[in-house]
Amino acid sequence: MAQKIKEKKGNSGGNSPASVVTPEPGDLVDVHIRIREGDKERIQVFRGYVIAVRGKGAGRTFTVRRVSQGIGIERIFPVQAPVIAKIEVRRKSRVRRAKLYYLREKTGREAVLKELKTGAQSGPQAGEV
Amino acid sequence: MIGLIGQKGEMTQFYDEQGQVVPVTAIEVGRCVVVGLRTREKHGYCAVQVGWGEASKRQRTKPYEGYFKKAGLPVMRAVHEFRVESVDGFQPGQELKVDLFKPGDYVSVTGWTKGRGFAGGMKRWGWSGGPASHGSMSHRRIGSLGAGSSPGRVLPGRTLPGHYGCERVTVKNLKVVRVEPDTGVIYVKGAVPGYRGSQLLIRKAE
Repeated sequence: MAQKIKEKKGNSGGNSPASVVTPEPGDLVDVHIRIREGDKERIQVFRGYVIAVRGKGAGRTFTVRRVSQGIGIERIFPVQAPVIAKIEVRRKSRVRRAKLYYLREKTGREAVLKELKTGAQSGPQAGEV
Repeated sequence: MIGLIGQKGEMTQFYDEQGQVVPVTAIEVGRCVVVGLRTREKHGYCAVQVGWGEASKRQRTKPYEGYFKKAGLPVMRAVHEFRVESVDGFQPGQELKVDLFKPGDYVSVTGWTKGRGFAGGMKRWGWSGGPASHGSMSHRRIGSLGAGSSPGRVLPGRTLPGHYGCERVTVKNLKVVRVEPDTGVIYVKGAVPGYRGSQLLIRKAE
């Protein structure tokens, strides 16, 4: 009697369908967030660059940075958070490090990353970031 | 109360209906088998002997193997008795699976804590310790063992450094969050004693 306890998959404990895709640093993403207002639910889109991904498994998070009205806003999302309805990767960028914290010091055109040429999906041109 | 034997798996997290994170520990049970029964008539008490896992080569001594052979069962890694009111409904060879528990149940989990060797008083008893700086040389030392010439001795119960860990500990009333019959894994809310792979006993909380 071989009593084998099945090996669990790397992403064990995931109970959110959004957990399938983990964005990578440099991705320009639309994060669709479920927002509850009373008993109504609506979707809000948070667009920006993924500047960091940390952790693994159920505790994995990614940080999205956007500049809104001249003010930088960063939001940290757990990859498996049920509040995330959808993550849309609009553009992948050529980046040379895992943490893009240097973008915090950049403004205007300097804060726009170069698009990844090979294998990049030709999404619609990104609007203001 | 009948229970299961398992091993500690990794800790992870789930989200509940409100979207709140629930920290959970996986307990890998697979399946347990009833190895023997203890009856009031024969042994003076009632219990179900439960076996679990696969015996290592080192464990397979002749007497140990013989015990399982007599029961007509494969040699198992661990055997534990669970006291019950009556052994009715149990028979050797019967399988016990994780569906003994269901989500929402409360269980008590018994295990052995991680060994910490010879530990100081701050770790072992939660002493405050001394100042870290300003010329202090009493960082993690005991401040005092007690009063002076009256009573003139160290009172019993004085907490001192010594061996810490490797203790049998039961964590009571852990909520079962998820049960996976396919993989034989139970997820309970919170932490359980020991390291990953250490043996645990799971019982319904009283």
